[in-house]
Amino acid sequence: MKDHYSLVIVGAGPAGLAAAVNAAHHGLDVALLDEQPAPGGQIYRAIESIPAERSSLLGAEYQRGSELVSVLRDSSIEYYPDTQVWSLNRKLEIGLVCSNTAAMITANQILLANGAMERPLPFPGWTLPGVMNAGAGQILFKAHGIVPADGVVLAGSGPLLLLLAWQYLHAGVKIKAILDLTPVHNHLRALPYLPRALLAGHYLMKGMAYKKELKRAGISTLHNISELRASGREQLESISFRQNGRQHVLETELLLTHFGVIPHTQLSRAAGCRHDWDSSQQCWRPQLDEWGNSSIDGILIAGDGGGIGGARTAEHAGRLAALEALHQLAKIDQRQRDRLGRKDRKWMREDLHVRPFLEAFFHIPGKLLRVPDDGTIVCRCEEVTAGEIRMAVANGHSDSNQVKFQTRCGMGPCQGRQCADVVENIIAATGGDSIARGGHYRGRPPVTPLTLGQLASLYPEEKE
Amino acid sequence: MKPDVLIIGGGLMGFSVALQLVKRGTRCKVLDKDSAGRHASGVNAGGLRQLNRHPAEIPISVAAADMWHNIESLVDSDCDTRFPGQIRVAENAEDMQLLEGRAAMVRGLGFEHEEIIDRDELYRLVPALAPHCKGALICRNDGYGRPFHALDAFRRKALSLGVEYHASVRADAIEHNGNEWCVSSEKGEFRAPVLVNCAGAWAARVAAALGESVPLKPGAPMLMITERLPRFIEPVIGAASRKLSFKQMQNGTLLIGGAHMAELDFEHQTTDMDWAKLALSARTVMALFPQLENVRIVRTWAGIEAFMPDNLPVIGRSSRSPYAYHAFGFSAHGFQLSPVVGKIISQLILDERTEFPIEPFNIQRFCKR
Repeated sequence: MKDHYSLVIVGAGPAGLAAAVNAAHHGLDVALLDEQPAPGGQIYRAIESIPAERSSLLGAEYQRGSELVSVLRDSSIEYYPDTQVWSLNRKLEIGLVCSNTAAMITANQILLANGAMERPLPFPGWTLPGVMNAGAGQILFKAHGIVPADGVVLAGSGPLLLLLAWQYLHAGVKIKAILDLTPVHNHLRALPYLPRALLAGHYLMKGMAYKKELKRAGISTLHNISELRASGREQLESISFRQNGRQHVLETELLLTHFGVIPHTQLSRAAGCRHDWDSSQQCWRPQLDEWGNSSIDGILIAGDGGGIGGARTAEHAGRLAALEALHQLAKIDQRQRDRLGRKDRKWMREDLHVRPFLEAFFHIPGKLLRVPDDGTIVCRCEEVTAGEIRMAVANGHSDSNQVKFQTRCGMGPCQGRQCADVVENIIAATGGDSIARGGHYRGRPPVTPLTLGQLASLYPEEKE
Repeated sequence: MKPDVLIIGGGLMGFSVALQLVKRGTRCKVLDKDSAGRHASGVNAGGLRQLNRHPAEIPISVAAADMWHNIESLVDSDCDTRFPGQIRVAENAEDMQLLEGRAAMVRGLGFEHEEIIDRDELYRLVPALAPHCKGALICRNDGYGRPFHALDAFRRKALSLGVEYHASVRADAIEHNGNEWCVSSEKGEFRAPVLVNCAGAWAARVAAALGESVPLKPGAPMLMITERLPRFIEPVIGAASRKLSFKQMQNGTLLIGGAHMAELDFEHQTTDMDWAKLALSARTVMALFPQLENVRIVRTWAGIEAFMPDNLPVIGRSSRSPYAYHAFGFSAHGFQLSPVVGKIISQLILDERTEFPIEPFNIQRFCKR
């Protein structure tokens, strides 16, 4: 690895791959840093190594990744797998660990293509062994072909839940039940966005086809579910929930939950980029212009890390951001940039037609986000409960950083990425500052843990 | 009701002053431009150290130590304090000589809290230490607390006794109109006959409004903290010839400081870590505890603090303005002094004198005639 590149891209999902290829095509020296062991991101995980049979189970959308990755392999791009970026600042210095060795490199332009993470949403019992994110279930399936034993229950709200159920169905898994926590009144909320969504109707058709197949296979989907609770002594034994005013209990040893995805903003936060609260996507997203420029000169953001748009949109945004980087580096002029970006911009706009509908349809109810049960753990690292957070607010700590100081919520190794939004929701609902004003945890690097030995190996010339 | 005293700065110093005043029946109002303990007070290393203080600070530091050992009687909370001692290790003969000289000097001033220990005693107290050390200087009743918890305890106790606190009030103008001070802010005017400047890194602005120009330099000392480890060390460790403050906190994490500064954007109140300096800190830790090589650092940060050119605080009356007092410029070692500073300022205000020797902290040392 060199200590300087014209363009450093973080993340090798659709946005990062498309951007890297586009930039390299125009002769830029590009380093592509990927925390995963192989290119593809979450969506095309293990695309190069997956057995054909499993790949066909995952569907055409998944297989699309092969082409992107093979272009990368044929290019001059320096690709670094298993590479964690633990620091980024406004001077465009990147702290990273590659193959267990720490390094500090710089770039003229940096593109963050970090993608999304599942929205953490604590509910009673969510920390029990046997309760997992649906995304984790999908990772195990894509990377290792591991599927749950029969009797798994899927619960939550969002397209991924449906997709995973459909994939499991095809892999021969017997799903005990799908619990849909989407409130029925979301249908009304989404209705005004339906005409526009029909312009990208293939997404809706696909969703309906999945539903039909699941129904035909006899998998019971229970709608309008609330008050989900997981119970068990050492591990998950049963779940309870409410449907249409009645309480139900299901025995299961595995519950996979999903509550939508939100942008991975740890690095953009660490760098100090400005972020806004998006009330439709119910998450923070970095402020970006139409080319992906963040509020910091030289830092571009593309893909779900800049706001949830899905894999296709990420690809377009990645190519557009690469054009902007080329323009900033004077490899192309503004006219060329605009001309070369025209198609991607058009396709991206078309692809995004479905989003407002999806966001309204899968809008997570405020009550769920507020974690009503005081005993529920919000911060897994430091074992802080919703009740302790409410208590801190009652004692005059009215923003999330004060709550963090007081309760240690968010001070563990995950750096608060699991609890930050939850804490803000609780504070806003408990009478502290609103989400937008109460602010987010201040970034405290390293973004990913770094050992003392790794840090000690840096800047050997520095003396007392 | 109009207060008797306006305190600018809702950090530990401000609330300590307010607490001592309200205990003697004085009405106080604390104004803070952000939230309580937002800067140095809330995010410092929490050291309760008399060891290796500047001679001028020794008397008040020793008095403060007494107060910390009984802190619960003052603020109804132990502030999560521990007193396993603080140690300054000598890594070679030269270090040892330095520390012996220091111990003799402190004894010469009539204080007994710092003593030399030999190699055997050092390794009995800190078996985890790398084997090359020769001995150490120790203060056995030193320790540490949790700063934000201490701040919170001081704040809550002060409020429970009737102190008024206003967050997000930035003092835009400070004027003395006839018989009282008037502090104007976006949230209105605040008036009182007496003013106390506890504004930390922003104290030079308040001092300027009182007609005093001070060479205060804001700085942001960096700290880092590791994942939790099984308990392996009790005392707080420093080194005679290296920049280091090292302790295992109550919950097992290691807190590492070394008085290295982050890059500070004072205007925007943001800091960028200086990784070159933190790398140096990591090398220092590994020289003394090589077994920690694979321990993960989970967080680094830097709080904004006021530094004076002589690293001594300003504590006392304003030299220019009537009924105005200063307590700022603690230069990254104010946490331990905070209880006694409250006492000193309250005595100056209510008794017009204090039992403590504070002449070295007079603001006039910076005001050239």
